[in-house]
This record gives sequence, structure tokens and C-alpha cells, in this order.
Amino acid sequence: MTSALAEGYTATMNRHATLSLKVNGDEREVAFAPHKTLLEVLREDLALTGTKHGCELGECGACAVLVDGRPVLSCLMLALECEGADVRTIEGMQEGAQLHPLQAAFADLGAAQCGYCTPAMLLTAKALLDDKPSATRDEIRASLSGVLCRCTGYLQIFDAVERAARILAARDREDHV
Amino acid sequence: MMRCPEFRYFAPDTVEEVVKILAEEGPRASLLGGGTDLVPNMKRRQQTPAVLVATRRVKELHNVENDATSARLGSGITLARIAASPTLRPWSALVRAAAQVATPHIRNTGTLGGNLCVDTRCNYYDQSYEWRKAIDFCMKKDGGVCWVAPGSPRCWAVSSTDCAPALIALDAQVELVSKGQTRIVPVAQLYNDDGIEYLARRPDELIASVRLGDPTGWRSTYWKLRRREAFDFPVLSVAAAVKLEGDRVVEARVVFGAVASRPVVADVSALIGNRLDDASIERVADSASKLAKPLDNTDFTLGWRKRVAKAYVSGALKELRGDDLETLGLLARRQSMLRVLS
Amino acid sequence: MSDNPDKKVDEFNLVGKARRRVDARAKVTGQARFADDLVLPRMLHCKLLRSRLPHAKIKSVTTDKARAAAGVRLILTGYDTPVPYGILPVSHDEHPLCTDKVRFVGDPIAAVIADSEEEATAALDLIHVDLEPLTTISDAEEALRIPEPRIHDYGDEGNLHKKVAFDFGDVDEALRNSERVFEDVFFYEGNTHLAIEQHATLAAIDDAAGPDGRLTVWSSTQTPHYLHRALAKALELDPARVRVVAIANGGGFGGKSDPFNHEIVVAKAALMLGRPVKICLTREEVFYCHRGRHPVLMKLRTGVSLDGKIKGMELQTLLDGGAYGSYGVASTFYTGALQTVTYKVPRYRFQGCRAFTNKPPCGPKRGHGTPQPRFGLEVQLDKIATALKLDPADLRLQQLVEPRSLTANYMSVETIGLGECIRRVVDGSGFRARRSGGKLPTPGDIAPVRGLGLACSSYLSGAGLPIYWNDLPQSGVQLQLDRSGRVTAFCGATEIGQGSDDVLALCVAEILGIEIADIKVLTGDTDLTPVDLGSYSSRVTLMMGNAAIEAATRARDLVAKAVSDKMGVPVEKLRFAERRVTFIDDPARVMSWQDAVILAEAKHGTLGTTGSYKPPRSAAKYKGGGVGPTPTYSYSAAVVEVEVDPVTGWYDVIKVWIGHDIGRALNPPLTEGQVIGSVYMGLGEALMEESTFRRLPPKLSGALVHKFPSMLEYKSPSTMEMPPVEVFLVEDPDSRGPFGAKEVGQGPLLPMMPAIANAIFDAVGVRVDEVPITAEKIARALDAATKGRPARVGPTKFPAVAWPEALKIAPPWEGGDGTASNDRPKKERMARPGEVPIGDAPIIRPEVRR
Ligand SMILES: Cc1cc2nc3c(=O)[nH]c(=O)nc-3n(C[C@H](O)[C@H](O)[C@H](O)COP(=O)(O)OP(=O)(O)OC[C@H]3O[C@@H](n4cnc5c(N)ncnc54)[C@H](O)[C@@H]3O)c2cc1C
Ligand code: SF4
Ligand code: FES
Ligand code: FES
Repeated sequence: MTSALAEGYTATMNRHATLSLKVNGDEREVAFAPHKTLLEVLREDLALTGTKHGCELGECGACAVLVDGRPVLSCLMLALECEGADVRTIEGMQEGAQLHPLQAAFADLGAAQCGYCTPAMLLTAKALLDDKPSATRDEIRASLSGVLCRCTGYLQIFDAVERAARILAARDREDHV
Repeated sequence: MMRCPEFRYFAPDTVEEVVKILAEEGPRASLLGGGTDLVPNMKRRQQTPAVLVATRRVKELHNVENDATSARLGSGITLARIAASPTLRPWSALVRAAAQVATPHIRNTGTLGGNLCVDTRCNYYDQSYEWRKAIDFCMKKDGGVCWVAPGSPRCWAVSSTDCAPALIALDAQVELVSKGQTRIVPVAQLYNDDGIEYLARRPDELIASVRLGDPTGWRSTYWKLRRREAFDFPVLSVAAAVKLEGDRVVEARVVFGAVASRPVVADVSALIGNRLDDASIERVADSASKLAKPLDNTDFTLGWRKRVAKAYVSGALKELRGDDLETLGLLARRQSMLRVLS
Repeated sequence: MSDNPDKKVDEFNLVGKARRRVDARAKVTGQARFADDLVLPRMLHCKLLRSRLPHAKIKSVTTDKARAAAGVRLILTGYDTPVPYGILPVSHDEHPLCTDKVRFVGDPIAAVIADSEEEATAALDLIHVDLEPLTTISDAEEALRIPEPRIHDYGDEGNLHKKVAFDFGDVDEALRNSERVFEDVFFYEGNTHLAIEQHATLAAIDDAAGPDGRLTVWSSTQTPHYLHRALAKALELDPARVRVVAIANGGGFGGKSDPFNHEIVVAKAALMLGRPVKICLTREEVFYCHRGRHPVLMKLRTGVSLDGKIKGMELQTLLDGGAYGSYGVASTFYTGALQTVTYKVPRYRFQGCRAFTNKPPCGPKRGHGTPQPRFGLEVQLDKIATALKLDPADLRLQQLVEPRSLTANYMSVETIGLGECIRRVVDGSGFRARRSGGKLPTPGDIAPVRGLGLACSSYLSGAGLPIYWNDLPQSGVQLQLDRSGRVTAFCGATEIGQGSDDVLALCVAEILGIEIADIKVLTGDTDLTPVDLGSYSSRVTLMMGNAAIEAATRARDLVAKAVSDKMGVPVEKLRFAERRVTFIDDPARVMSWQDAVILAEAKHGTLGTTGSYKPPRSAAKYKGGGVGPTPTYSYSAAVVEVEVDPVTGWYDVIKVWIGHDIGRALNPPLTEGQVIGSVYMGLGEALMEESTFRRLPPKLSGALVHKFPSMLEYKSPSTMEMPPVEVFLVEDPDSRGPFGAKEVGQGPLLPMMPAIANAIFDAVGVRVDEVPITAEKIARALDAATKGRPARVGPTKFPAVAWPEALKIAPPWEGGDGTASNDRPKKERMARPGEVPIGDAPIIRPEVRR
């Protein structure tokens, strides 16, 4: 079967491509200049500016978002490659009006100073804890190694992830009672 | 914001469609795996393919078939998947190489096929268009001179793939598919000793899979040198594999990465028939490391990279004879961080 | 000034208690808006065309093709913005766009404003610039040798921007009378801030376009007030019609404290087009903004007695300043100013020289000018301890500067908790027992060796003087009390991640006895907030904090008056806590805060107060004595443990113990975060960070380019390189700080580099007298030792500099009064407002050649 995309998209600036994807749980259709990366489409076409950028070349990690549950760099992913994807950004991390335990722990333990790397750190940590709820400090360190932070020196970020893991685990236990 | 230039984009569903488009479009088409190499290069205008052919939707490129004696890895599988795969553990060098590429985020999208074809690297070349303009460009792209070796007729950009040296040490093969043709070649033959024409792959060919042979009796490892344990490309790597019968070496391969424009296979015949004792390891490390002739176009000074080359060969071989990594010095401990990653 | 600094923590309502910072929620939910997140209707985009030559005359700039390109709305060149500007009044040597010449690769020549960033970028290539190359000056030593062509036509001599010399007492005599004199030459390579956010600015005018419009500029700046002034000057605008908003800032570290060309350019474009114009720099362009750490070559001679007591010290520094002045004159003074505030130095000579070179301009980075000489001093002390067989901790402890004393160069030290810092890290790390002793490895050893190193430092809690001469407060806070009980605090201070908004809310809430949630802070907006000079020199907590306490105390007095009238009790008998005003003698007589505010408004009318802060006068009255004084110094001591591979020189940092004399920790997790963040950045400098440049073979090319203006190749530590850090906060409240607090954002960075160098020596017996301290250098030093040469890597010579006649200032203990015997009278040398300052580049308005 030949897909529509196989017909070829001419990615010039002035023509627009459209694609449907899920963003923070909502089905979205978005029209964008086809040469854009997911980062540009999120920030410029979907007005989700919580996703940050520090290099646009894959070298800092600030643009990390979750695609199908896994942390990836939105600056390196062509938006055209996201047809049908399930994208989660920092704007979709809260649980209603409540902060996600990771967000609360980051806020309380000094894990966000300027806050610029924070969205990427939080989403990456979320993917880790979704996958390994009792991740060790070494696993936390390794999984966050793709996001640079110039403010915190990372240690309070590790502390915050550990605290959130404990809170999530306790919550899980309650759910099972 | 750095942005991509314009291109035409195809995302076919089958290998046949992929190679048909490649055949029609010729060298102006590039395959797009995870895009983690191609996209930054496009943003810096080092590569400006008119056509992108995405492999994402081609299901058969995402398969892994393996049993205890062989494996066939689709070229579209991610490095994260290789690093986390329990069934690929017998091909340890590959798992370790994949687990050390870039960062966890990049490994989640970067593919095996893309890794084998990753562009050669050089400090004079991995720069924006404007920066390269300030040095009047260089031979690899838009210019005439090689700034690393100004008298030289060729480009010395460095082969920087982590997986290729590991796969060569494992004697792996790649399956190259083009319209109406399939050829299977050893990974070592995928590369030319030239920074510009570094791939022996034809522009109309797709790497469909990588094939791994019987690991029985083999031990392998991969040591990577980089300044940071995240982000950084290798500036020296050693892939080593030995097959032992009793305590005697019957087959061995040592391959250097990131010291030339292609992976460099060392002559380690001196090991054959011997025990992996300190003396024979030192001998081999000495002679092998002479092959590592880095130039001044990556991180670290070349003299120091040479010094580490020897330490790495000997460390890797000692690891293969069963030494505990913890006893092999600090550089070995950096390799042991992998236990966390995989 | 401060509210009872001697209180115990539990006597405070909020001070000293761990608390979620006021801006945390916005930052963890992605709601914090940074400059590049802003979008306005009809917004246009700007890109800058930058020089590709390091040093050249601009012969012509041809823009017609670009002007005709798709989407292009405007092209600006140097002649559109001819008025020079700069952060220091003595070096207004920058133009928004270069006019007559370019001075480094990356210097902006023209700006394209277009509908989209893509179109603006595409049009850059259509601009033709005709450049006539000039000789490239690639480093400070070349600048010394090559006076012509001059990079600037001002400065002390040739390509030397600034030369300074001071003698605090007869140093030659002190060195002659010393039992031992130690002489070392050190080099500290330049490095950069690398804030993760790239600089971005949005400019817009409200109302109609044209001369009547009011300009608003939202920018990622640390110094909105200075940017306000620079915009008004460079664009010849009435400052009353310019508004600067320092929006959420994705990291500063000193890198966003100059006014930048791109900020002025987009403002100019917005004024001309009547539409909003935004620019966001690429990472490479951020490297060209730079203002990072100066590369400094240093020669340090210290005379000591056999028990290690310093008798005299002589320091020479040579700074590679890059292409513009920036803060460079201050940086030059800073390389000498703080050498005396930790250990007693009876006599001191300092000579400093800053050169212009064809590279991005250097400026202030965390620690501004002081980490380099601090590295030299602390490494040399370690060498002295080794040579004299003294314990490095005891060597320091026996000669700490006394509290409330003056140093040889008239820096006035208030509290000094350094002794306690040293004791805590020495005990915590087991320093005395666990050192290896600095032995060279035996050939053939492959087992890694551990080593421990100690170093100390000090830093300002705010610069004593503002950047431009004035007699005004350096920080102002305004409070507005609402009938709901809500208090809004307005202050020009700039939150750059360090937590200053939180300090503001805390100071106000603490005094008024209300909750943090009752406070709304509004900061960094020149239209709405009173002036605060900005987030640099670790000044905000102390200066803004004191201003906030003053404003809040005045507000409390107003409320207290109303309550006391109503209750018929004396004001002194009222207690403000837990959102209530209580009669101390009879706690049953109590009123809610909100009721008290309503009462006060009825009595006094609309409620508002102000507070302001100006540092005490400095004792250093000599010319140049304005750099270094501060209300109070912070102190730090660190022990670092490393493990070194004797074969390759590779090393890992195992652990860091750091003690910091904070005076008082206002919100402990934030305070510790500043300490750990500083340690991290210091480790980065020690291990790997360097801004280096590539000179192509001069026969083939004049190119001088930043070697790797990227986040991948400019190496900065990832999570994997960060060791555990044990933090000891030493709290000895200082009466000059708010609730006793001193600085924390910069000081703890300083001991890291020398502590690592000293730890490497302890492990493998080699000296790396250079920063960064890389494995390659250690390996080279080990090789040198094997060949019987000194086990050291580092510079050996300090070039000859024609130093100016030194200002002669007798130290306080030799009858001095803080003035120089050979100084010119103060009136003659002070640049008054309105006078043309010395470094003002000419305004060039020739016929427009487009
Ligand atoms: C910050 C950073 C750090 C990095 N560090 C490392 C590192 O440490 N080690 C390392 O090895 N790499 C590194 N990389 C490079 C890259 O991320 C990886 O090599 C990755 O595996 C490339 O895979 P990809 O699928 O993303 O390749 P793509 O970018 O999609 O493609 C790369 C090249 O391969 C070609 N190609 C892709 N698929 C095929 C195929 N099936 N057949 C034939 N040709 C194909 C493309 O046309 C292109 O020329 C790094 C990249 C970044 C941005
Ligand atoms: S090796 Fe030479 S030709 Fe090749 S990229 Fe580097 S400078 Fe250019
Ligand atoms: S923006 Fe830096 S990695 Fe994507
Ligand atoms: S909090 Fe500022 S970069 Fe991480």
C-alpha cells in the first residue's frame, strides 16, 4: 500500500503540510511549513512555548519532549515524522490543577533555578519513572545525562527525582490497598 | 533558531518503494533514519539533500530476528533498543557501542543504519555555514583546501561511528539493497579511507540490515574515549573480540574507531595460539596502537589520544581475559558505567 | 540597617526555613515566559550579518539585492545607529552595527528584518560587504608586540586598553626581608557562561509608530537599568519614553549584563517600522556576544617567613580582553583587588594590563576577574606549604584577616567566617589524615591514586560603586498595600534563576509577619519598578534585601500606628506574625493583618512605602579604589578529592566538601543550590571549559575563529561528571546584610580550580599551573618528571610591560589614610554626567552609502 506521504511532500517554506497527532492527550491537526522540526511546530504553530531550545542541533537537550512515551529531542525530529505520534510536552504534565509529584518535588527542592532546562528534565524524569519506578541514583543520573543544566549542578535535580519516586510509589501502594 | 533548508520528503512503506525513489532521485536524495546526524548537518548546510526518503514507516527495517547463533538486525532499529536488548548480549561489543552513542535521547531515535553512515567529523567542518565561510570553507564542502593538512590532496575527516568498529570486530555484514539488486558485504568493506567519499555504499543503495554471525566461544568489548560520558562522539575507540579455546586465543580482532577516515583494523596475529598474558597483551597493544594516527581535528590533543590508544588496547584485552574492570584503572571504570546504561 | 541579625532562626517567621520559591510553579509547569516565547501580532524577525574577518576596514556594504528579497522589510547598517555605547562610561566603544571597521569574527555589520526568520536568514547572503583586511591581533602577547594597527583609537597605549599599577607600602623591602620568596607564573584560559537560554529580545512601540511612540523592550538581560540607559543613549531617545522589561531569564552568570548590539538593533527597527521585531540568537552568536572569563597570564611573587606568614606580595596580570571594552576596566582592577581579603598581606603591589585583541569581547563571568588570581594565590600557598613542610590548612588559618579590619589596599572586611569554613571542610573530608603527600608515581604503576586539595576564596556581596558615577540609591523597593491584605513589592531587581524574587517576597513577608502567598512581586521593569542596578556582583540579596526591609518596616510602622491608636496600646508593644497584629502583653487583643491594613488605609489614606539602599562609603579613596569594596565579603573553603590515572593523567573528581560563609541562609535549599551550582561551574572551568581560537596558517589565511562555538565542542559537564558535594553553610550573621545574609551566588565557584590543582599534586606530585587542568597536561607533566625535568605544566615567562608609575598608598598600619601620595585630585579625574567620557568612540554619520 502506498501512503499519502509516499507521494512526496515538497518542503518549501511557503507551502504548508498538515498532519494529525496527539498533543498532551488531545487530537490535533496542524498546518506548518514542512521543513520545520517538531520543536518549531510546537512553539510556533501550536503556541506551546514550554518546550525550550538552546542549540537546535541536539547538543543541549533543552528541547526534549516525550514522543510515544519516550524522551526525544524535538529539534532533531522533523515534524513530518510525527504523523500519528503521541506527543507530551511540559504543558501536559500537570494532573489537572495539581502538580505532578515530579513538578512538586522540583519546586520544593530547588531543582529549578532559572527553569530553562526544567521542562526537559521533568519530562525525561517522567519517562524514567514510568518505566522504572524505583530507579537508582545512577539510573537517574544516566537517564538525565542528555540534558544540560548550567544552574543547579544537577544534585538537587537527582534529589527531586528520588523524592518524586518515593511519593509515586506510596501513591501506588495506596491504590493497591 | 537554526532551521532546515527546503527539501522534498517521502515516507514510503516498503523497501521496494524506498529503493525505487533512490534510483530515480540519484545522489540528491538522502535516506532519513532518526535524523540525528542528518538534521543538524542540514541546519548547518553541510548537507542539503533535495529529497529525503524516510525509513520510519518501512516495517521490515524495524525487525530483529535472532537466535543463539545469528542475528539479523533491521537497519531502522534504534540504538536504545540494541542497548537494552537482552538477546543481543552475546554480541557485547555492539551493545556497548550502541549504549555509549551520544545521549539517551538521541539513542531513542538514532538508528543503526544511520549510525553506520554517520558523516565523518572534523572541527573545521562541523560548523555553521557562516563559520565555514570565515575560513573560506574547506575541501569537504564548498572549499578547496584541507585545513588539517593544507598540502594534502584529500580530506582527513574522522570516522566517528561507534557501532562500525564494534561490528567489524564481530565480523558482521551489511545487506545493501538497491533496485533489483542485493549485496551482502562485510562491514569493513562499507568504508573508504577518505573523509569525503567515506562510504563505499552507492547512493542508490539502502542498508537494509546488519547480520551478526555465531558468537559461540567469542568474547567482545568496546572501549570509547570522550571527554564527557554523555553527548560526545568518540575521539578514539577500541573494539576487541577474541575467540578462546581453553586459555589459548584461536581468533582475534582489534579495531580502532575515530583515528582515521574509516575504522582501522589492527594486526593482532601475534595473539593467535597464545595465552592472553600481560606480556603478549603489551606487545600487541604496542604494535597495534602505532596504527592509530589521529590528526588534530577532534577534541583532545593527538599525542594524548595515541597514548590512550595503547592503554585502551591493553585494557580491552585484559577485560576479555576476565580481569575485573575495577582493577583496570580509571579509564576502565568509565566503561563500566555501561552497566547502568544497559 | 538589617532587622536584628542576631536573632536565632526560630525567632523568625520565615527566614531560614526551607520553602518553595515564589517562582517555582511557573517554572515547573512551562508557564514561565522567556523572551523568545513572546509573540506579538504583526511581529517581524531580525537576523544579523556578522563579520567573517577578524580585523578589517569596512569599505562598503551593498544591500539592494537583500532589500528586494522575499519578505524583507528593512535593512539596517552602521549608519542607521551611529551613536556608540558601552556598559562602562569610560569605554563607550561599541556600535550596534559596525560603522567603519570590524574587530572580530562575529562583529555585526548589518541587520535584516523580515516577515520570517527564514527569510531574514536567506537575505543575509545577498548583502555584499567589501572589507579591507588589517593585521590580526590574536592574543595579549601579540597586542603587546604589535601596537599598530590599533584595534581602537583610544586606550592607554597601542593595543593596550588599560594599564594600572599600585604600591601599597614598600613591597620590594618586604620581599627583601622575607626568608623565602616564591615566584610563579600561571595561566588561566578564557571560558564562557553558556547559559542554556540563548539571548533573545523583542522590541515594540505602543500607540502609533514614529517619534511619539513609546518603546518597550523585553529582553533576556541581567541589567535592565543599564540597558535602559544604553537604549536611550544609542538611539537618542528620551529615556522617559523607553521601557525595558527583564523577562524570565534562562541563565545569566554575567553573560547578559552588558547592553547588547542586538537589543539596540531590534529597538531601532521597531521604531522605524512601527511593528514588533524579535531576535533570538543562535548558539554560535551567543559565543560571539561572549563577555566571558578573560584569559589571564599572571606572575605572582610572595615573600614569606619560615612559618609561612606572608610578608609581601607582588602580582602582575595580563588580560586578553577581546575586541571591546565591556566591563574590562573593572575586570582589570578585579584581578588585583581581592588578593588581600582572605590572608593578611602587609604590603602589596599590583600591576594589571588589559589588551585588545580580535576576538569576542571578554567581560564579567561569575567571580568577575577574581578567579584567575585566586587560582594563582591558592596554588602558590599550596606550594609554599609543601616547601616549608607546613599543613596547608594551618598555613591559612594562622593568618586570616581579622574581622572588622582594613586590608593593605583598604578593602574593609566585616565578618569573616573563613576559619570556620576551613575547619568544617578539613574535618568533614579527613583532609589532614587522608592526603597522599604529592609523590610522583613509580614507573609501571597503573593503579589510580587519590589526592586531596584545599583552597579558599572570598567574594563581594555587591560592588560598592555603581557602573556610572552617581549619588543615588543602588536599589529601591516600593510597596503597595491592598485592602485585601495583599502586598505588592516593586523592585528593579532581576530574577535570573538565583532566586531574587524569592528574597524580595521573604524580606517583606518576614517584617510584616505575613505569608509569602500574601506578597506579589513585580520586578525588573523600568516603567513600573524603582531602579535596582541589576543582577551582577552578587549585589541583589544584600542591597535589594535591605531596601525591602526598609520599605516593609515603614509599612509596618504605618499599620502599627493605626492599630495602636485603635487598641490604645503603644506601637512597640505590637507583634507582627502569623498574619496578625497582636498586643504582646495580652495576646487576646489581636487583629487580623487584613483588618489592620484597612484600619491603616482609613487613617493614612492609600498605603504605599519605599525603601532604598546605598552601600557605606569605602575607605579606599585612591583612584581605582572603587573596584573591590563591598558592604561585606563572603568566604568559602573547599576540599576536593580526586583520583588520577598515572598512565594517562585522566582523573575523576570523587567528592567535594565546601564551606561557605553565608552570614545567614535565607531559604536553605536555594542557598545550597547556589553553592552547588557554583561548585558545578567551577568544576567545569577546572576540568574542561575553554574558549579557544583557531588561527589558520597566516600565509594562507588571516582567519581567527572561535574554535568551537557550539554546545557539543565547548565542553561543559553533564550529569555524569558531577560528583557528590557536601555543603557546610557557616552562619555568622553580618549586620550589614538583610537578616545577616551575605552573598552566595559566586563565591563558592572560586576555590574549585585551585583545590583541584592542589589535589592533583597531592595525588601524583605534578603541578598544573594552568586552567583548565586536563588529563593531557597532567600526562605531560608526568612525562617531564620521568625525563628529569620539573614535574610541571604551565607558562614560564611573563612578558615585559611598560607599567605606568604606581600609585603609592601607605597601608593603614603604616599611617595611610586611603589616598595615594602621588594621585591627581579627585575632581579632575571623575567623569561627571554630561562630560564626554574617555573611551567614547566617535559618532560617524557620513552620507548614507547603500
Ligand atoms: C550531540 C550529538 C552527539 C552524537 N554522538 C554520537 C556518538 O557518540 N557516536 C555516534 O556514533 N554518533 C553520534 N551522533 C550521531 C548520530 O546521532 C548517531 O550516529 C545516530 O545513530 C545516527 O542515526 P540516525 O538514524 O539518526 O541517522 P540519520 O541522521 O537519519 O542518518 C545519518 C546518515 O545515514 C544515512 N542513512 C540513514 N539510514 C540509512 C540506511 N538505512 N541506509 C543507508 N543510509 C542510511 C543518512 O542518509 C545520513 O547520511 C551524535 C549526534 C549528535 C547530535
Ligand atoms: S579534514 Fe580537511 S578537508 Fe576534511 S573536513 Fe577537515 S579541514 Fe575539511
Ligand atoms: S535545542 Fe539543544 S538539543 Fe534540541
Ligand atoms: S535551572 Fe537553569 S539551566 Fe537548569
